[in-house]
Amino acid sequence: MPVMASAAVATERWSILSADRVRRGASQGAMLLGVLAGLWALWEGFKWFGEAVDLKIGVFVVDDRTLPHLHSIVARLFEPTAVGDRLLTVLLEAALFTAKEAAVGFAMGAAIGFLIAIVLVHSGLLQRGLLPYIVASQTIPILAVAPMVVVWLGGRGLPGWFSVAVIAAYLTFFPVAINTLRGLQSADPRALELMQSYAASRWAILWKLRVPASLPYLFAAFKISATASIVGAIIGELPAGIQDGLGGAILNFNQYYASSPDDLWATNLIAALLGLSFFLLIVLAERLIVRRAPEHVA
Amino acid sequence: MSRRVSVVSLRGLSKEFSRGGVVALQNIDLEIAPGEFVSLIGPSGCGKSTLLRVIGDLVEPTGGEVVVNGKSARQARLDRDYGIVFQDAVLYDWRTVAKNIALPLEMGGWNRGRRRARVGEMIELVELGGFEGHHPWQLSGGMQQRVSIARALSFDPSLLLMDEPFGALDEMTRERLNMELLRIWERARSTIVFVTHSISEAVFLSTRVVVMSARPGQITGVVEVDLPQPRNAETRGEPRFFELVTEVRERLRAGGLDTAGEGGEEELIAAEEGL
Ligand SMILES: Nc1ncnc2c1ncn2[C@@H]1O[C@H](COP(=O)(O)OP(=O)(O)OP(=O)(O)O)[C@@H](O)[C@H]1O
Ligand SMILES: [Mg+2]
Repeated sequence: MPVMASAAVATERWSILSADRVRRGASQGAMLLGVLAGLWALWEGFKWFGEAVDLKIGVFVVDDRTLPHLHSIVARLFEPTAVGDRLLTVLLEAALFTAKEAAVGFAMGAAIGFLIAIVLVHSGLLQRGLLPYIVASQTIPILAVAPMVVVWLGGRGLPGWFSVAVIAAYLTFFPVAINTLRGLQSADPRALELMQSYAASRWAILWKLRVPASLPYLFAAFKISATASIVGAIIGELPAGIQDGLGGAILNFNQYYASSPDDLWATNLIAALLGLSFFLLIVLAERLIVRRAPEHVA
Repeated sequence: MSRRVSVVSLRGLSKEFSRGGVVALQNIDLEIAPGEFVSLIGPSGCGKSTLLRVIGDLVEPTGGEVVVNGKSARQARLDRDYGIVFQDAVLYDWRTVAKNIALPLEMGGWNRGRRRARVGEMIELVELGGFEGHHPWQLSGGMQQRVSIARALSFDPSLLLMDEPFGALDEMTRERLNMELLRIWERARSTIVFVTHSISEAVFLSTRVVVMSARPGQITGVVEVDLPQPRNAETRGEPRFFELVTEVRERLRAGGLDTAGEGGEEELIAAEEGL
């Protein structure tokens, strides 16, 4: 039976593919280790070189204060702070706080961006009329917007962390709106004709065709926005005067940089790891949700 | 032969695209009776796809009248009277084979149980058992096209519009799918309007071949195909088959643009301009 034969071939191809996947996972892991080792070598190599030749770039000199050893930064994480807890514990608590602000901001921004895209895809007039202002909104620097948001929302009795979330949302909604709009418009014109031939309503076309077709674009935007929301939250904490997050920690350790530079570097490290974990969460969600030909994955 | 109401009735139909001022169709008159298998053949750009789209109310004609199943083309579309198959399958990547076939059923408000049963029948009809859970990119081109045919047939439309459905397939797959299509057509007693570039395919499948010419797109001849039903592998060897192939080719030549291949190759190598 030809049909059975081709089914067998197909399953075989699948098992080969999943063996491939294991191999690819292994090589990705090796790649990650390689990159980390490379970064370490670059850092320590530059430090060694700078100290050896007494490198001066303007007022910048290379020494243990400007560029501490990576191992001393990591070691610092496990030493106690003035309060008593280990620095790692303190920073993880701060990261958790910032993560909450960023996550709420991301959710709000993504929802708003998605809604804007859905409205714009259905009206060429609105698209031409509103898009320039949406773009213009992003040319206002976040540092100029943040204090206003804190004052406005604080005056309405909302907690400080919520103002920070709103600031994170401000950075999040834009890439989501723009990319989702492109994604919603990316549906194959014949697929649209097909839906028309079924007398599909706009609503059905949106949910059964446009939105699924936009998912790869949506996730590309989420990847940008996930990290942007962390940056937004950290920056937002400064004018909001919030002490509990990573932004507060950075501000604090900045003041003591001369005596203990490792504290600030360790905080940066945790902030980077937080951004990375947000990013990986999006990648994981994409793997689970987006079902597409491998070569189509953005 | 009882003269029932036409499934498709085109009177003085024309279509001019405002962009570029192309007259894609001019003064088309065509009546298609229930149960007919009508092929449209003609050089590239003569308006075959446009004609199909006009029948399906996916494009507005600029003149003339289109009646489908005794109502306006729009009403027929809203009543989901026809199924359409494009040159490439146009499957949704994010849906499995079964879910792709179920799409029109979902749109038609079928409940889950009925959908499942019908999808099962369709899978069997196009011989895709075992592939229900596969995604389109895991299928060969011929299998994808079979899914797209199953999708078009799933809700039992009385009219099937097919735009070069087998154009991208190899000769062997194509002949096999030709047989499958005829089998489906005989069983479902539906009406088919079929666009093709292949003269032999048109003659083999159809009860009538409509020959068109380009610029402006017009009907230049109609060839009644009086080969016995049901058609089978032997049909292609019959003398009458070759006579009809020759007749269609002459008509195409008379239409002005024809470059049929040599040595039994029936492919109409379409004039390439504009594409
Ligand atoms: N949306 C459109 N806008 C402007 N012109 C169009 C449009 N669609 C088709 N045309 C023009 O109408 C003419 C007929 O096109 P159509 O696609 O119907 O030809 P066809 O017979 O299907 O050709 P082929 O065999 O190559 O598929 C062509 O000259 C084409 O350029
Ligand atoms: Mg065409």
